[in-house]
Amino acid sequence: MRKLIDQPQHQTSDSPLLKSSKHESAVRQVAGNARYVDDIPVPANIAYACVGITQVASGTLSALDLTAVKHAPGVIDVITIDDIPGHTDIGPVFEGDPILLDGEIKFHGQPVFAVLAGTEEQARYAATLATMDIAPASAILTVDQALAVNSTVRPPHAFGQGDAGAALEQAPVTAQGHLSIGGQEHLYLEGQVSLALPEEEDRVMIYTSSQHPSEVQKLVAEVLGVKLHKVTVDMRRMGGGFGGKESQAAQWACLAAVFAMRQRRAVKMRLPRALDMQVTGKRHPFENSYNIGFDSEGNMLGAEITVNGNCGNSPDLSDAIVDRAMFHVDNAYQLGATAITGNRLKTHMVSHTAFRGFGGPQGMIMAELMMDVIARRTGLDPLTVRMQNLYSEAKGLTTPYGMTLEQNILPELISQLANSSQYWQRREEVIAFNRHSPIIKKGLALTPVKFGISFTAKHLNQAGALIHLYTDGSIQVNHGGTEMGQGLHTKIGQIVAHEFGVELDNIEVTATRTDKVPNTSPTAASSGTDLNGKAAQNACLTLKARLAALFADTYQVSADAVTFANGYVSAGEHAVAFADVIQQAYMARISLSATGYYRTPKIFYDREKGSGRPFFYFANGAAVSEVSVDTLTGEYTVDAVDILHDVGTSLNPAIDRGQIEGGFIQGMGWVTTEDLRWDNNGKLISNNLATYKIPAVGDTPAHFNVALFDRPNNEDSIYHSKAVGEPPFMLAISVWCAIKDAVASLADYQQDPDIAVPATPERVLEAITALTENQDA
Amino acid sequence: MIEFLLNNERVSLEECDSGISVQQYLRQQHRLTGTKEGCAAGDCGACTIVLGEITTNDNAIAYRSVNSCITLVANLHGKQVLTVEHLAKGNQLHPVQQALVDHHGSQCGFCTPGIVMSMFSLYHTDIQPSREAVNKALSGNLCRCTGYRPIIDATTEVCENRQPDQFNAAEQQTLAILKEIRHKHVDVFANRVHLPDSRQAMAILLAANPSARLVGGSTDLALEATQQLKTLPVLISTQRMQDCRQITISDDTISVGAALPLSYIEAVLVEHFPALHELIERFASLPIRNQATLGGNVANASPIGDMPPVLLALNACIEADNGTTTRIIPASEFFTGYRQTQLIQGEWIKAIHFPRLSPNTHLRAYKVSKRHEDDISAVCAVFAVTIENDVITAIASGFGGVAATPVSCNELAIQLMGKSWQDEHVRKRGQHILMAAFNPIDDVRASASYRKQVLGNLWQRFWFETQSDLLVSTRVPHYA
Repeated sequence: MRKLIDQPQHQTSDSPLLKSSKHESAVRQVAGNARYVDDIPVPANIAYACVGITQVASGTLSALDLTAVKHAPGVIDVITIDDIPGHTDIGPVFEGDPILLDGEIKFHGQPVFAVLAGTEEQARYAATLATMDIAPASAILTVDQALAVNSTVRPPHAFGQGDAGAALEQAPVTAQGHLSIGGQEHLYLEGQVSLALPEEEDRVMIYTSSQHPSEVQKLVAEVLGVKLHKVTVDMRRMGGGFGGKESQAAQWACLAAVFAMRQRRAVKMRLPRALDMQVTGKRHPFENSYNIGFDSEGNMLGAEITVNGNCGNSPDLSDAIVDRAMFHVDNAYQLGATAITGNRLKTHMVSHTAFRGFGGPQGMIMAELMMDVIARRTGLDPLTVRMQNLYSEAKGLTTPYGMTLEQNILPELISQLANSSQYWQRREEVIAFNRHSPIIKKGLALTPVKFGISFTAKHLNQAGALIHLYTDGSIQVNHGGTEMGQGLHTKIGQIVAHEFGVELDNIEVTATRTDKVPNTSPTAASSGTDLNGKAAQNACLTLKARLAALFADTYQVSADAVTFANGYVSAGEHAVAFADVIQQAYMARISLSATGYYRTPKIFYDREKGSGRPFFYFANGAAVSEVSVDTLTGEYTVDAVDILHDVGTSLNPAIDRGQIEGGFIQGMGWVTTEDLRWDNNGKLISNNLATYKIPAVGDTPAHFNVALFDRPNNEDSIYHSKAVGEPPFMLAISVWCAIKDAVASLADYQQDPDIAVPATPERVLEAITALTENQDA
Repeated sequence: MIEFLLNNERVSLEECDSGISVQQYLRQQHRLTGTKEGCAAGDCGACTIVLGEITTNDNAIAYRSVNSCITLVANLHGKQVLTVEHLAKGNQLHPVQQALVDHHGSQCGFCTPGIVMSMFSLYHTDIQPSREAVNKALSGNLCRCTGYRPIIDATTEVCENRQPDQFNAAEQQTLAILKEIRHKHVDVFANRVHLPDSRQAMAILLAANPSARLVGGSTDLALEATQQLKTLPVLISTQRMQDCRQITISDDTISVGAALPLSYIEAVLVEHFPALHELIERFASLPIRNQATLGGNVANASPIGDMPPVLLALNACIEADNGTTTRIIPASEFFTGYRQTQLIQGEWIKAIHFPRLSPNTHLRAYKVSKRHEDDISAVCAVFAVTIENDVITAIASGFGGVAATPVSCNELAIQLMGKSWQDEHVRKRGQHILMAAFNPIDDVRASASYRKQVLGNLWQRFWFETQSDLLVSTRVPHYA
C-alpha cells in the first residue's frame, strides 16, 4: 500500500497535530461530570464487596471462623478460595498470586476472604470480624534476609561487556559502595475499583479502573471457569494508574465477578485508601551495590554492579522490572568493561509491581551515584565527570547488553541545558553562597536520562485499533490503550484527525473495550502512543485507501493524488467535503470501518547471551536542580529546576510538558518525602495519606523551566515522536544529587555523602552529622 | 432538622441515611458524583466543596473550602453548599474551570473537582494572590499527575482577572435566605447530633447524655467513623455556641473563642504574635483550618497537635465552662496525660486567653516534618525568651512530638535565667538541655534520636535568629 502521509513538518494549517490541543476530557473533568467507575449509575440490586486480611506476614492458617462475618448486618455472602469456581491463581505472567489466601500466608495484609454486603460500610465492617487461627512462622522482610537464604521469585540474570574483573584490577582508582533505594506507593487519587454486572447465563460485564483490560478479561474468565468471549471489560478512564493498575487491578475485578455470578446481582468492589495501600504492591525497593574502576582524570574503566530487587511474595512483573533496572545501570555513560547482575528476591511482603519507570529509576540512580563518587574522589565537578563519560564515538556506543546507540543526542542536549541553565555560573554562586552561610547550604546537580523504549517482553509490543466512519463524517476511534490522564486519547484523536484532515471535534475516542479491540497489551512502558498511535494510523490508512480509490474512480484522477486536509478530500481541481465523501462511499457500498494493527520492528533480546536490542530507541533528557538544605534539621527545598527533554517531534507540546512536569515531581517525591515504612512484623505503617507524603503544591519549585529538545526521532515512530510517560520521572534523580551536593559542601566536596533514597530530612541530617563528625575526628 | 442551601435550592433534612459525611450525602442522595473520595480522611482534597457562610459583619457571604469527607451533615446547617457541579452557568464553565482547561491543569481529572473548588474559594477572596497565597489555597489538594505548575498558573491568572460571577450577583438573595434559616429553631439532627446555641442548653445536653461527645469541626472525630469504622456516639456540636465564637482584645489579653475554626482566628493571632505565621499556615491545610477549631485542637490534647505548644510557650489559659460557672486553667496544668486534660464531665472550653507579649520577648514557633505542607509535626517547638539588657529574664517553651503530652521544658529557665543571651554557652547549653529533656518515641514520622537532635538544633536556630548582631541565614526559603 502506498504511504499517504508521514511528514509532520508539513502539517496542514488546521491539522490539530503538533499543537497543544486540550485534554479530550478536560471540560468534563473541571465540570465534575467526567465519569469514573464509582460514578456509574448502578442497578438497584447493587451489593458491595470487601476483603478481610491477615495480621501476620508469615505462617499457616489452621482455622478460619467466619461466623461473625456472616452474621454481621447486611452481609449477603462470604467466600474463600474454596468458593472460586475456576482457576484460583491470578499471577499475570507466572503463577504465585492466589486470589485469596491458600493455606500459606504470604504477607501482612493478604486477603483471606471476601464478603458481600448491602452497603460499602457494612462490607468493610464485616470484613474485620473474622477469627483466624494462625501458626505464625518467621518472615523474610529484607533483601539481606532473602539473599542469605537464597529466597527468590525468579532466577538471577547477568550480562556484561569485556572483562570487568580485569578492568577493576588494573584500574588506577577503584571505589565500592551500596545504596538502599526505597519503594513508592502509587497513590493514584482514585483507588482500586471494579464493578461487575452479571449478564445472560455465564456472561459478565466488567467496568474497571485498569491499565490492562485484556488481562482483567482473561483473569475474570479463568477465575469464573468460562472462556474469554463470555467476559467483556470496559475501561473509560482511570483516576491515575502509574503502573499500580497494570497487573494489580485484576484481583478486585475477579472478586467482584465471582460474587456477581454467585448472587446474580451487580457488585462493586472499591478499596478504601488504607486497605488499598496495604493490599497492593508498590515500586520495588532495591538494595544495590557497585564496584568501579576509573582513572585519575575521572574516566570510567569498568564496573561490577549488582541490583537486588525486593519483589515481595510473588513474581508478578518482577522479572521484567529487575531486567529493566539492569538495562539502566549505565544510564547515559560508557562504563567500560561491565558485569551486571540482577537478583529477584522473595520476601514476605505485598508483591511489588510496576510503577512509572519499571525498575529503570532504581538502576539508573546507580549510574548517577557512581558519577558523584568519581567526582568527589577526583575533585572534578560532577558535571565534568558526567559529560566526559557519556556514550560517544570515541568512548564507544555499545551498552552493557550489546545494544548500539544510533541516535546519541545527550552530549548536545546536556551542553545546551548547561548553557541555558547557566550551570557553571550558578556553580560558582553556590560555592560562594556556601562559603558565607554556616547553616543553610545550597546544592546543584545536572543529571541526564537515557531511557529505553519498548516492552522488554517482546510480545507485548503490538497494538490494535478500530475506526468507524459514520455517514455525517464523524469518526469513532477505539484502540487498545487506556486513558489514565496521560492524554493518550487526545493524541490518538489528533493522529486520526490529522490523517483524515478533519477537525478534532469530529473524533470521539471511546472507552477501551475488550469486545472492540482484542488481546491488547497493558498501557505501560510509555508505549501507549507509540503502539496505539501507529495502529490507529494504520486503520486510517486502510480507510483512506478505500476512499481515495472511490474518489479517483469518481473524478478520474490518480488515487495517489488524493489528499485529506482542511475538511476536504481533494485531487487536482476536485475538492469534496469529507462528510460528503463518506456519504458517497456509503452509497457506493464501501466499508467504512477498519482495524489497524502495529508491531514494533527491530527489537530482540537473547537472554542466554545477555545481548540484543531490547529497545526500539531511547528517550533522553536532562535536568538541573538547585536545592537549599538546612543543616540544623535536614529540611530542604528544591528552589530551581531547569529541564530539557527529548520527545522527538512533539505530538502535543502541552501534554508532553504535562508528562515531564508531573513525572519530575513524582520522581522528586520518590527521592525526597515518600517514605514507605513497615514495622518489624511486616505491617505497612505508612498506610494512609497522613503518614505517607507525596509532593504537595508548595513543593513545586518556584523556578520550574521545561523545554523540549527539538529533534525528531530517527526511528519510524508515529510522526517521529518519542514516548514520554516514564522517562521524565528519572530527571528527579538530579534532586537527590543536588541534596548530596549541598551536604558534600560541608566536607569541601571531598566525600560523597551517604544518603539513602528517599532522602528524608532525617536521613539528610544523619548524613550531615556523619560528615561533620568525620571532619572533627 | 437542619436546613441549608444546596447551591440555590433550599433543603430541609430530618434524617440522613447515607453515612455521616457530607461527601457520602452528596454522592448518594443527590448523585453529585463530581465530589470524589480519595482518602476519606481529609488528606487529599478530592472531596473539597465550598461552604458559603454569612460573614461576621452580616453583610456578605464568605466562601470557604472544606473537606466534605470529614464534614458532618449536621454542620451544613445555615450554610450554602457548593459543589463542582454548581459552578458552570449552563454550558458556560466558571472562569476557574475555564482557566484550568486553558492551562492544561487536569490530567487524570480525579483531583480536579477539589482543585476547582479551592480555586473558587480563592477567586472570591483574593484578586492579586501571591504564590504563597495560591499555595495556601491549594494546600489541601493533592494532585499526583501534573506537578501543580499548570494549576498554580491557572489559579494566579484567573484571580488576577476576576469578573463578578453568578454567586456575586445572587449574594444578597443568598444572604437573605441564610439569615432566615439562622433564625429558625434547630435542636437536633437525625437524633444523633445536637446543635445547642446557649450555655444552658449545652449544660442540659451534657448532663442528659453523659456518653455524648463534643464536636467542633469534626476533622479528627470523623476519622473514627471513616477510618476506624466506629459508630459514633451522640454528638453535641459547638458550632452554634455564639459565646464560644467571640474574639476579645484587651490591654493585656487576646481572647479567642474555642469554637472558632482556625482560619477565622489566624489574622488576629498573627497580628499579635507574628512569629506564629508559619506554624499556623502549616497547621494541616486550609480546608482543615476552615473547619477545625482551636478548642478542638486543645481539648484533643494530642501530643502531636500544633496549637498546644503555642499555648504552653505563651502562658495561655483555657477557660472552661459548665453552664453555671467558668474556670481558668493555665495551659501548663491543662494536659494531664496521653489525650487527657483537666476538663471534667459537663465542661466545655469556652475560650483561650493569650497574654500579650512584652516587647522584650522573642517568640519563635518551629515545625519540622517530612513535607512542608499539610503534614504532622515530627517535632514542634515554640520558644518565648524575654531578654532585658541582654540578660535572660524569662524562658517559656512548648513542644509537640516529643512526649505523650504537649510539654514545656522548665530546665531551660532553671539553668539559663540571668545569663547573657549573646553568650555562646547559652546556645550550647540549651541544645544539651533539650536533647536530654524528653524521651520521644520512634514512629512512622521520625526516630527518637532525630527528634532529640532536632529539638536541640531548633534551640540553636532560635538563638541564631534572635541575636541582634548576627545575620545568618537560618531557614530554607519556605515562609522565611
